Amino acid sequence: MVLDYQIIAPADLHQEMLRLRAEKGMDFLVNLTGMDWGEEGFGVVYQLESTQTGEQINIKAICADRENPTLPTVSDIWDIANIYEREVYDFLGIIFTGHPDMRRIYLREDWVGYPLRKDDKPEEQNPLRMDAVPLSDETVCYEMGEDGKLVKRKNVIFEQDDYVVNMGPQHPSTHGVLHFRVALEGERIKKVDPVLGYIHRGIEKMNESMTYPQTLALTDRMDYLGAMQNRHALCKVIEEAMGVEVSDRVKVIRTIMDELQRIDSHILFFSCLCQDLGATTAFLYGFRDREKVLDIFEETCGGRLILNYNTIGGVQADLHPNFVRRVKEFIPVMRKGLKEYNDIFTGNVIARNRMEGVGILTKDQVIAMGCTGGTGRASGWHNDLRKLRPYDAYDRVDFKEITFEKGDSFARYMVRLLEIEESLKIIEQLIDNIPEGSYQEKMKPIIKVPEGTYYSAVEGSRGQFGVFLESRGDKFPYRIHYRSTGLPLVYAMDTVCRGNLIADLVTIGGTLDYVVPDIDR
Amino acid sequence: MFDFSVISQWLHNLLLSIVPEWAAILIESVLVALVIITLYAVFAIVLIYMERKICGFFQCRLGPNRVGKWGLLQVFADVFKMLQKEIIKMRQTDRFLHDLAPFFVVTASMLTFACLPWNKGAHMIDFNIGIFFILAVSSVGVVGILLAGWGSNSKYPLIGAMRSGAQIISYELSIGLTMLTMICLTGTMQISEIVEQQAAEGWNIFRGHVPALIAFVIYLIAGNAECNRGPFDLPEAESELTAGYHTEYSGMHFGYFYLAEYLNLFIAAGIASTIFLGGWAPLHIAGLDGFNGVMDAIPGIVWFLGKTFFVVFLFMWERWTLPRLRIDNILSLEWKYLMPISMANLVLMALVVAFKLYL
Amino acid sequence: MKKPKIKSIPYEEFNDNETFESLVQKLNENGVNIVVKSLDDLFDWGRSNSLWPLTFATSCCGIEFMAVCAARYDIARFGFEVTRNSPRHADVILVSGTIVKKMAPVLKRLYDQMADPKYVIAIGGCSISGGPFRKSYHVVMGVDEIIPVDVYVPGCPPRPEAFLYGMMQLQRIVKVENFFGTTNRKERDPFKKEYEERSEKILASQEEA
Repeated sequence: MVLDYQIIAPADLHQEMLRLRAEKGMDFLVNLTGMDWGEEGFGVVYQLESTQTGEQINIKAICADRENPTLPTVSDIWDIANIYEREVYDFLGIIFTGHPDMRRIYLREDWVGYPLRKDDKPEEQNPLRMDAVPLSDETVCYEMGEDGKLVKRKNVIFEQDDYVVNMGPQHPSTHGVLHFRVALEGERIKKVDPVLGYIHRGIEKMNESMTYPQTLALTDRMDYLGAMQNRHALCKVIEEAMGVEVSDRVKVIRTIMDELQRIDSHILFFSCLCQDLGATTAFLYGFRDREKVLDIFEETCGGRLILNYNTIGGVQADLHPNFVRRVKEFIPVMRKGLKEYNDIFTGNVIARNRMEGVGILTKDQVIAMGCTGGTGRASGWHNDLRKLRPYDAYDRVDFKEITFEKGDSFARYMVRLLEIEESLKIIEQLIDNIPEGSYQEKMKPIIKVPEGTYYSAVEGSRGQFGVFLESRGDKFPYRIHYRSTGLPLVYAMDTVCRGNLIADLVTIGGTLDYVVPDIDR
Repeated sequence: MFDFSVISQWLHNLLLSIVPEWAAILIESVLVALVIITLYAVFAIVLIYMERKICGFFQCRLGPNRVGKWGLLQVFADVFKMLQKEIIKMRQTDRFLHDLAPFFVVTASMLTFACLPWNKGAHMIDFNIGIFFILAVSSVGVVGILLAGWGSNSKYPLIGAMRSGAQIISYELSIGLTMLTMICLTGTMQISEIVEQQAAEGWNIFRGHVPALIAFVIYLIAGNAECNRGPFDLPEAESELTAGYHTEYSGMHFGYFYLAEYLNLFIAAGIASTIFLGGWAPLHIAGLDGFNGVMDAIPGIVWFLGKTFFVVFLFMWERWTLPRLRIDNILSLEWKYLMPISMANLVLMALVVAFKLYL
Repeated sequence: MKKPKIKSIPYEEFNDNETFESLVQKLNENGVNIVVKSLDDLFDWGRSNSLWPLTFATSCCGIEFMAVCAARYDIARFGFEVTRNSPRHADVILVSGTIVKKMAPVLKRLYDQMADPKYVIAIGGCSISGGPFRKSYHVVMGVDEIIPVDVYVPGCPPRPEAFLYGMMQLQRIVKVENFFGTTNRKERDPFKKEYEERSEKILASQEEA
C-alpha cells in the first residue's frame, strides 16, 4: 500500500508522538525506517498502529543538518524504538537525544562511517580487521543542552564486579551467531545485553544498487525458514506499487506455499526447542517430518531451503503435476506426527516443568516491544495479519487465530504446534480447488516502480514481515527496509530473562523463535 | 558353577614355587592392574559403540555402519584419532590442577571398576567393607570435575563444575541410603558375600520385595544422576554450557573424561546388578530343578554382563527419551522426594528384616 | 601413487582428482620411510573415520547441516555424528554460512582454539567467495582469506548429499596425510604472522603486569 504520511518538525516530534499515543491510542510502533533523502537531509519514517482500532498513522521527521543529524528519541514512548533507533544510529549516524543507549548495534564499535548514507564508502574505510571485536561495559546517552549543543552522559551496562558470561556468538542454543552478554548472580540472570551483527550482510544497502528482480534473490536468505513469505512480501509491495494484479491461481499458490513454509518453520521450531532442552530424539522426529515438506518444495521450486519461487507478478514455475497428490499425502502424515510430538514432548513432565511459567510476557509488554507472531499471540495479542488484513486467498478460507493468555514459554510453544494444525486446515481447503489461470503476469523487461513510499506486510512464520520501499521511479529502489520479525524478539530477551535461571534463557530463546540472519539482515 | 578362584589359586601357587612371596604378590598386582586397564578400555569401546547404535535406533537412524562391518571399528578409529590429538596448553590457567583433573576422574572410576564381582571367585578388590569403599572412591571423581572447572579458568566450565558438585553430592545421599537399605537386608558389606548370599537364597530384588524394588528405582534415578548423564547431564548441558566442565580440554585429556563418563555408566549398572540383581548369581526358581540346572550351566560372567548391560540399556533408554532437567528441579527432586522416600524405605526395610518378612 | 579407498565411491568417480593428486605429490616429495608410512596409514585411517565436526553455523547452510545430522541423511553412518560444541574437542569446522567482517575474528579464534590436526570445509557460496553477497560492504569474500580451507562445497545452500560428498573428499585428503612427516598446511594460514606478532605482544604486556 502507499504510505501517506504527515511531516512533523523535529522540535515538536516528541510532543506530537506523546499526543498520538495518548489520544489516538497508537500503542504499536510497527516500523521505524531511517532514511537518507540526500539534499533534504536525514530522517526517520515512523509507522504507528492502534491495536484497538487498527488505525494506522505514518509520521515523517526530517533533520536537515547533514553534519550532526539529531532527532528526539521516542524510546520512552514505545519500548521497541530503543533498538530501532540504535539501528538507525548505526547505519545513518542520526543521534537520538535522550536515548539511553546510543551504541552501534550491528557494526563494530570501531567501524568508520555510516554505511546507509548515500555518500558513504564503507568498503574503502573499513578493511577486514582481525583483532577481537571491542565490547565496552559503558554506553553513552546524548542530551540536548541549553545552548543547542549535545551533552554526553555515561550510562553503565555492566558493573565492575558483574559476572558476565558471553553466550555466543558461537553457541549451540543461540540459533546462529547471536551474542548475548549475560550478567549472572549465581545461576540467576541479572541482565542480558544482545550484541548483534555477526551475520549482518548489508542486504538493505546492496538492494539500493540492484534492479527489482535482483533484490528478490536476497530475501530468501534473510529468514531462511520463511523464504516463501519474505519473498512474497517483497513481491507484494512491488506489485501493489506498480498496480499489478496477480491471477487467482497465483494467489492460491502463494497462500498454500506460505502455509507449507509455516509448517516447515514450526516443525523446525519444535525440533530446535527439543534439542535445546536436551530431548535429542524429539529433534530427529521433527526433522523426519520436515523432510516431507522439503520434498514438496523441491519438486515445484527446485530448492530445499532457498526456494526462489515468487516473482514480481506471479511465481517462477507452475505447480508440479505431483504437487496436489503429495500435499494430500502429507496432511495425514503431519497430523500423525503432531500426535507423536505431543506424546514425546508436550506431555512430558520435565518439559512442562521447564516451560510452564517461565519467561512470562504480558500483553502490554508484547505490544510495546512489537513482538508480533506467535510470541504476541501467546500473550493474548490478536495480531495475525491473515485475519486483520487478509491478503491473497486468506479471506476465503476458514481458520482460527490461536491465542493464549498466559504468555509463558509453554503458551508460545503451544501456539506454534496448534498453528501447524490450522495451516493444515487452510491447505486442505485450498488444495482441491486451485483455480486455472496463468502463473505469471506479463511484465515489462525492465521493471520500474512509480515514485512514492510503499509498505506491505505478510504474516511470516514468526511475525509480521514487512517491506518498506521508497522509489524514485528508477529501475533501482531508492531504499528498501525490511521489518525484521526477529529484532523485537531479541530485544524482548532482556525483559523476559531477568530473574530467571541461565537454563531458562535457552528455553526462552527457543520459544521466542528468532532467526538470526533475519535480525541482522 | 565354575569358581574362578581355582585359577587364581593355581597361579599363586605356581608363582610361589618360583619366587618368594613378596615377589609373587607384586607380579600378581601388576597382572591385575593390566587386566583392569585392558578391561576398562574394552568396556569403554563396547559401551560407546552400544550407545551410538542404540541412540541411532531410538532416533530412526542407522548409526555408524561405514567403518568395518556394521561400524564395529568406528570406536577404534575414534581412539586412534584421540590418541594423537594435540593437548592444548593454555596460559592463565592453573596448569597443575588442570592437568591433574582428568586423572582424578579416571582413577576414581577405575578403582570403583575394580570392585565389581565378575564371576564366582573373580574379584579384584574384595574386603569386608566393599560397599563402603565403593561409595568412598566413587566420590573422588567429583573432585576431578571440580578441579577441571576451577583449573580451566573459564566461565562455562566453572558453572558446570559447580553444578556437578551440587548434583553429585546430593545424589550421593540417595545412593548411600539405597545401598544401606540393601546392606540392611544382606547383613554384610563385603561384595563377594553379598553375591554368594544371593546365589544361595535368591536375588535381593526378589528377597527384599517392596522395599528392595523402591530402592532399585531410586538407585536407577540417582545412579543416572551420578554419571552426569541425560536427563541429568547438567554439568555438561550442551545447549547451555557448550560442553560444561571439560570445555577446555582437548585430545586425550578430554578422552579420559569421555571414557570415565561411559565407564561410570557401566559401574553404576554393575553395582545395581550386584546388589539388586544378584551379580553373577544365576536365576533360580524354587522347585524347578531342571530349570535351575540349565541356569547354573551358564557361566557367571555371562550372568553378570547380561544383567549389567540390561541396566545400561535402561539408562540409555532414559537418556534418549527425556529432556534435560533444570538445576533447581534436580535439587528439589533429590532433597524433597528421593531422599525422604529412601529414608522411609530404609525404615521399612529394617522392619522387614526385623520381622523376617523377606522371602 | 596410493589411491585412498572410500567405501561405495570408486576413486575415478570423485571430481577434481587432479588437485588431489598434486596434493599427494607435494606431500610425498621427499619420500617417506616405509615403517613411518605404515604407522601413518593406521593413524590416518583413525583420523579420517572420526572427523568430529564443530557445531558452527551462521546462516542457511547451518539448517542444511542439521538436516544432514537428522534421520534421512544420517551423518552418523560415517561416524561424524559426534558434533562437539567446544572447539577444543572438534576436528573439523564446517563453515556453513556467510562470514561477515564482525564475525571474522571470532571464526579465526574458533579455528585457533581447535586442537591439531584440524580441518576446514567451506560450505556454500558465501563462505567460498562471498556468494550472493559479494557486493556487500560487510561480507568477507571467502573464508580462505582468514583460515586455510581444505575442501570447498559449492551450493546455496548445498544439498545434504553434497555435504556428505565434501566430507568424503576430506576423508581422502586425511588418508594421504603424513602424520609423522610434515603436513605443510600451517604455512597456508594467511594471518599467521600477524597473529603471532600480536600474541607475543599480549604475552609481553601480561608479563609486565
